[in-house]
Amino acid sequence: MEYEYIICFETHVELDTNTKLFCGCRVSYDAPPNSCVCPVCTGQPGALPVLNKKAVEYAVKAGLALNCRINTFSRFARKNYFYPDLPKGYQISQYELPFCEDGYLEIIDDSGKPYKIGIKRIHLEEDAGKLMHSSNAPEEYYSLVDYNRSSVPLLEIVTDHERNPMHSLQEARSYLEKLKQILKYIDISECMMEKGQLRCDVNISIRPKESAEFGNRAEIKNMSSFRYIMEALEYEIKRQKDIIESGAKVKQETRLFDEDKKITLPMRSKEDAPDYRYFPDPDLMEATIDQDFITRMEKTMPEMPDQQLNRIIEQYGIPKNDALILTKDKAVSEYFSACAMICEDKRRLGNWIIKELFKLLNDASVPIVSCPVKPKDFVRLLELVSKREITEAIGRKVLTEMFNTGKGPASIIDEKGLKTIDDNDTLIMAIEEAMKENPEAAAQIKAGDDKPIDFILGRVMKKTKGKADPKKIRNLIGKSLLGN
Amino acid sequence: MELCGMSAVVLATLLRKGEISSREITESVFKRIGEREKTLNAYITTVKDSALKQAAQADEKFRKDNKLPLLAGIPIAVKDILCTKGIRTTCGSKILENFIPTYNATAVERVLKDGAVLIGKTNMDEFGMGSSTENSIIGPTKNPVDTQLVAGGSSGGSAAAVASGEAILALGTDTGGSIRQPSAFCGAAGLKPTYGRVSRYGVIAYASSLDQVGPIGRTAEDCAMLLNAIAGYDTLDSTSADINKPDFLEAVKKDIKGLKAGLPKEYFIEGLDKGIKKKIDEAIALLEKNGVEIVDISLQHTKYAVSVYYLIATAEASSNLARYDGVKYGFRSGDDIDDVIMMYEATRNEGFGREVKRRIMLGTYVLSAGYYDAYYLKAQKIRTMIKNDFDKAFKDVDFIITPTTPCLPFKLGEKLSDPLQMYLVDIYTVSLNLSGLPGMSVKCGEINGLPVGMQIIGKAFDEETILRVGHAYEKMSEK
Repeated sequence: MEYEYIICFETHVELDTNTKLFCGCRVSYDAPPNSCVCPVCTGQPGALPVLNKKAVEYAVKAGLALNCRINTFSRFARKNYFYPDLPKGYQISQYELPFCEDGYLEIIDDSGKPYKIGIKRIHLEEDAGKLMHSSNAPEEYYSLVDYNRSSVPLLEIVTDHERNPMHSLQEARSYLEKLKQILKYIDISECMMEKGQLRCDVNISIRPKESAEFGNRAEIKNMSSFRYIMEALEYEIKRQKDIIESGAKVKQETRLFDEDKKITLPMRSKEDAPDYRYFPDPDLMEATIDQDFITRMEKTMPEMPDQQLNRIIEQYGIPKNDALILTKDKAVSEYFSACAMICEDKRRLGNWIIKELFKLLNDASVPIVSCPVKPKDFVRLLELVSKREITEAIGRKVLTEMFNTGKGPASIIDEKGLKTIDDNDTLIMAIEEAMKENPEAAAQIKAGDDKPIDFILGRVMKKTKGKADPKKIRNLIGKSLLGN
Repeated sequence: MELCGMSAVVLATLLRKGEISSREITESVFKRIGEREKTLNAYITTVKDSALKQAAQADEKFRKDNKLPLLAGIPIAVKDILCTKGIRTTCGSKILENFIPTYNATAVERVLKDGAVLIGKTNMDEFGMGSSTENSIIGPTKNPVDTQLVAGGSSGGSAAAVASGEAILALGTDTGGSIRQPSAFCGAAGLKPTYGRVSRYGVIAYASSLDQVGPIGRTAEDCAMLLNAIAGYDTLDSTSADINKPDFLEAVKKDIKGLKAGLPKEYFIEGLDKGIKKKIDEAIALLEKNGVEIVDISLQHTKYAVSVYYLIATAEASSNLARYDGVKYGFRSGDDIDDVIMMYEATRNEGFGREVKRRIMLGTYVLSAGYYDAYYLKAQKIRTMIKNDFDKAFKDVDFIITPTTPCLPFKLGEKLSDPLQMYLVDIYTVSLNLSGLPGMSVKCGEINGLPVGMQIIGKAFDEETILRVGHAYEKMSEK
């Protein structure tokens, strides 16, 4: 039987603010437990929340980047439930009136066409603390709680069930990748999944192609790796197909993914869903966002990855595949842009970043933001290559040296005497020497056989320590023969 | 007269003249505590050593400088709902019986900064839930006028302390009448400021949209003096109002001739004690004689106020009190239990008193899926109507006069078994919390030796007018 899928995401993103959502405590991922806490984020009696404006700015930026309507009035609500990592016994979140609604994120769908995935809402909420459980030995059975993460701002981005949901694993992956790319572009989160900065609840429902209605959806909670999300979805699809084909109905329930066994397990059914008793938080005023605020945020928005992609293809003539690589990651695109502003030969620039610089960065495990080669030095090096003052091969060597020492290209070329040998006499002398040393090859060439030319060329390059332009040598070999 | 029986304004003047010392006032207050506290039970905690130290510091400062804030050297009691750094703050509850805050509530911070002398933490109904100060971990506070009677609540300890000379001034909080009603019962003056006038930071929340800190004193003037110290915007409370703060003590001095007072007919109906009605009528006549124009007004949604109050207050309370779970601070039960849910249940079952549990259950019900619209949302709508009634009335009048309570202070234990009767004691006060308006209770004569309270209601952020009227009334009724 052939099936159709509906896949939706609720993505939680930890915002990269300096301080927490409702107090002045520092946001830190490596501070000692309970060292970034205060009466507010530990739920002390009498403490009150004060909204972090930066987090609101970030929420609005996300809304703009995802083509949402920004609500003039937004409201915080309390989501009430008991858990030891939740110090107030409620989470301050949003219910009705979130900051942003009704947007979209465009991907390329399975048929290769642009597809606008519906974004239902984007709201701000506070994170909970972290529990650490002891071993399972009963005499040591205890849990510790660290409130450093309590009240760290989270953005929840919810895709729409009805309006353009995802229909395949590929679309789901494209959505997540694109979302992460955009959030990093607008600089509101580092989105490091291994640190739990981006976590997803995903839900999926399926139906046989000819069937009129989709089955109940299963929600898989709290996943923090793309791989696990894909594995969980694959398992869910199989599980739900099996249920349908056995003639039963899929239950609406919340499930958890077992990362070792690669299966999902039931957590709670719809009937057991908790009643969170949402109500507007009386400790916080309604947030008003006027057009001025939105305009100000619009001005801080960088070029979005899609726009940038099209621009560098059209304006710079960068091949699409290179352009995709150059715009995939914000740090790369920033490095590229910094170079492109001062570089004439943009194709060579793109090519060298992808082929040469990436190799050096990868080998040394250095992220591009800490690249020791400054854009202006990188561009200068490329200019020298373009003007044939050094050869491509030497250029690569110089780049390695620049990468290792942080020096500029000119000083390295001077120090090591790497400038291209442009003097014809010197080059012809080297050719003649090579011919003399290899009389057989020389004879063959003279007899009109082109094959050994490369061999002679190689000898000449060796003699000139690679500082000669191979094209020129090739010409000169012909000339030197004519001369004789 | 003993120093502990004098008004704060008089004491402040004497301190500046160098005629008395803060130490003498403080000692006088502790002498009174020694005499009466065993019976009255107004304090949960007293801090004599630190109080005497603060008094000595104030006296030291007075020797060098006469321009100290008016509160300097004046003994003050603080309701045990306001957090005090390093001093146990129980909120009248077993669940916080050993809780020592790490920070001061903003209102406390402000009076201490002005040099006031903190005497102790006063008794109250657990989490502010009650109208008689009988729902407390340390038992009831008695009315200093007649110790067979309740002091009112929930700020009963603060009102009794001021009325008895166990403090000169006191801070209370008012969620449905908790400053005004005990002030009326004990014969003190008590003001609930406009919502947002005083920071709630550090006030242990009962119902966040209704709670407000305010002063209790012997006179309207004393309330003005304390309000001057605690009022004003606070960045730590998002609901505090960033508006101009007048000098309330200056405002008190202005004449009231030509002001217009409204009498809401809905407040003078069946259920109001006849004796109280007579006293209020006399007060109105006196005001009229002194140049106040009296007009009849209508606040037509008054009859819904108590119901609406108990929906909104309990809903908010059910959420506000969720943090007392035994995990982070305060009382924890069930050390032998290894299941966290059962630990919660045992802690909350043993840690909360009956009335608190009743209100948590009511509030949880009110917010539950399927009931939210019918109860909470509807209550919010009527709350708006109640507020609109006042807005309309205040287009014509400068202030409104009502009784503070429908009845005189009642016997200890009399209403404990009938919560509905207890809730109705707040019938004249809750509307102000729902609409955010300021109101104060001033003493308006006695019936068989028991004090009667008159409530003066003002426009939003117009505490000046009600303090002015309260002060003027006190002066004219002395004559």
